[in-house]
Amino acid sequence: MVPEATFTSYYGRAIVKPSPWEADIPAYLFAGGLAAGSSLIAAGADLTGRPTLRRSGRLGAIAALSFSMVALVHDLGKPSRFLNMLRVAKLTSPMSVGTWILSIYGPFAGAAAGAEVVRMLPARYRVGPLRLAAYVDRPAGVLAALFAPPVAAYTAVLLADTATPSWHAAYKELPFVFVGSAAAASAGLGLVTSPLEETGPVRRMALGGAVAELLMEHRMEQSMGITAEPLHQGKAGRLMRAAKALTLAGAAGSLLAGRSRTVAVLSGTALLAGSACTRFGVFEAGQASARDPKYTVVPQRERLERDAPVRFEG
Amino acid sequence: MAGKHSLFGPVDPAADAGYDEDHPPRKGFFTDTSICIGCKACEVACKEWNDVPSDHFSMLGSSYDNSFSLNANQWRHVAFIEQPKRMGEQESGLRRQAAERAVSLGMPAMGAPPDVLKAEALRGDPPQGEVMLPESGQDDAVDRPDFRWLMSSDVCKHCTHAACLDVCPTGSLFRSEFGTVVVQDDICNGCGYCVPACPYGVIERRKGPEGAKNVGIAQKCTLCYDRLDAGATPACAQACPTQSIQFGDVEELRERANARVETLHEAGIMDARLYGNDPDDGVGGAGAFFLLMDEPEVYGFPPDPVVTTKDLPDMFRKAGLAALGLLAGVAVSFVGKRG
Repeated sequence: MVPEATFTSYYGRAIVKPSPWEADIPAYLFAGGLAAGSSLIAAGADLTGRPTLRRSGRLGAIAALSFSMVALVHDLGKPSRFLNMLRVAKLTSPMSVGTWILSIYGPFAGAAAGAEVVRMLPARYRVGPLRLAAYVDRPAGVLAALFAPPVAAYTAVLLADTATPSWHAAYKELPFVFVGSAAAASAGLGLVTSPLEETGPVRRMALGGAVAELLMEHRMEQSMGITAEPLHQGKAGRLMRAAKALTLAGAAGSLLAGRSRTVAVLSGTALLAGSACTRFGVFEAGQASARDPKYTVVPQRERLERDAPVRFEG
Repeated sequence: MAGKHSLFGPVDPAADAGYDEDHPPRKGFFTDTSICIGCKACEVACKEWNDVPSDHFSMLGSSYDNSFSLNANQWRHVAFIEQPKRMGEQESGLRRQAAERAVSLGMPAMGAPPDVLKAEALRGDPPQGEVMLPESGQDDAVDRPDFRWLMSSDVCKHCTHAACLDVCPTGSLFRSEFGTVVVQDDICNGCGYCVPACPYGVIERRKGPEGAKNVGIAQKCTLCYDRLDAGATPACAQACPTQSIQFGDVEELRERANARVETLHEAGIMDARLYGNDPDDGVGGAGAFFLLMDEPEVYGFPPDPVVTTKDLPDMFRKAGLAALGLLAGVAVSFVGKRG
């Protein structure tokens, strides 16, 4: 048992401020990852001749992306000014970088989804400009897949590039947790939507993503010091425990999901839910760490006592 | 524009932001908390000049601090700390007060009114209006009490490496020619990213009150940008009656701060220390720095803040690796023959 850290504060008041973000943002973190993973799956399915998996990937990606956009705009203090995001391109702002990544990825994902919808039309309606869809189809899908991984990974930087103790302290591992979570969730969607004969790749991806997420999450907690505490307490703790249980169950289920459609659907659902819980859990842990001055003061004091103040050295 | 020390290290922030060599010298505050009397004139002057809404009226039970913290509606905040500790060679003044009472000057005095005293004297009770003090040297607590009151007016630090400015995705937060950090109200879309980015918890998205201007937008001290433009002193420094808040060129203020801390050390006040004055520190030195009488966290400051974007290149590297890992993982998943 680690002894309770003693520290001084000003009437117990927070030092850093928690983000003003609400459920929109963790929901976006989940949906963005789902969209990215789904575009990757759709491209893989397209190139390996798995039509149902391709369709669910493309449509899942555009649905998740549309939801993301609504969540992101809704969370702004001045939603009418959302286009101001495109005034500048700033490398020092992960939110600016993310906006531009989404602005490049989005149209390709949209075009691939559009081409998919055209494919679903009866032949007699595929006339005029709609015939172009056949040419757009695969290139758009492949380009969406190439721009998808940054969509899944940058959200970790978005959280980590703050003074929020439990987000910043996680910056080395969080991108790996988030891409694992994205892979597991999108593979889960594939398991839910596609027939058994097409789900081989997503079963492997589900297992790989889930294992990567769990291992990296464990490693992250080991490296975070005292700022890992909020991941085990209160709302965040409940979410993280649920995330682990669901992701483990989903990963185990994916081993048997090749034999039974029921198992595939259950395991896919568990993976989707597990990924959502991970995002909400990490989000809530950060918010809690910002509200308690302990997580700002103690790590800085520990650093001061271990080394010296952080100073620039030539 | 972007130089070697753009994310970390000593730099002239205005020059780093691209201003010409003839930009004005960097402006800032040196807040000397050893002479702050907690009058809150700075809080009031700031609200008056900058039209910052007053929306919280509650007794917080934290000494005389009822304005809670720096936030969207509080751009100066005076902290009050009561400590069972002696401040240097401070004297209570009780003995002097007692001596003055012995030679009555007919001034209004504490204690019971004269007719009550008269009645007490008739009853033979000892007069209560007179202060009974032990002999000098007998009770140190009377002459030099173990109590001190720390007061400090906090403000935006206008960091050399300002995380709020770095992470702002719209360019609303910008570096002024004075080296300060200012929000452009008509650009900010209220994304809120600057709020968790600030290592001091200064900037905040304004939540209310209803009808106030700029609700939904990030708000903080501008170092009175409009007044600087006109060559005037920021409202808080102008209003400060003890020169606890000193405004000027940062370089000159740093020298003044060093001299002041030396003076205090010579006077035996070894608690005095500077906070935020070092251009090599975690935020590249603050444009608004402080002389404190105790550890920073006692006042609600982080003990050793570091701008989060110092680690940004490493964060992007890790994210890039993770993205490549995802791409490779999916590719490998599709390579197998079965299923």
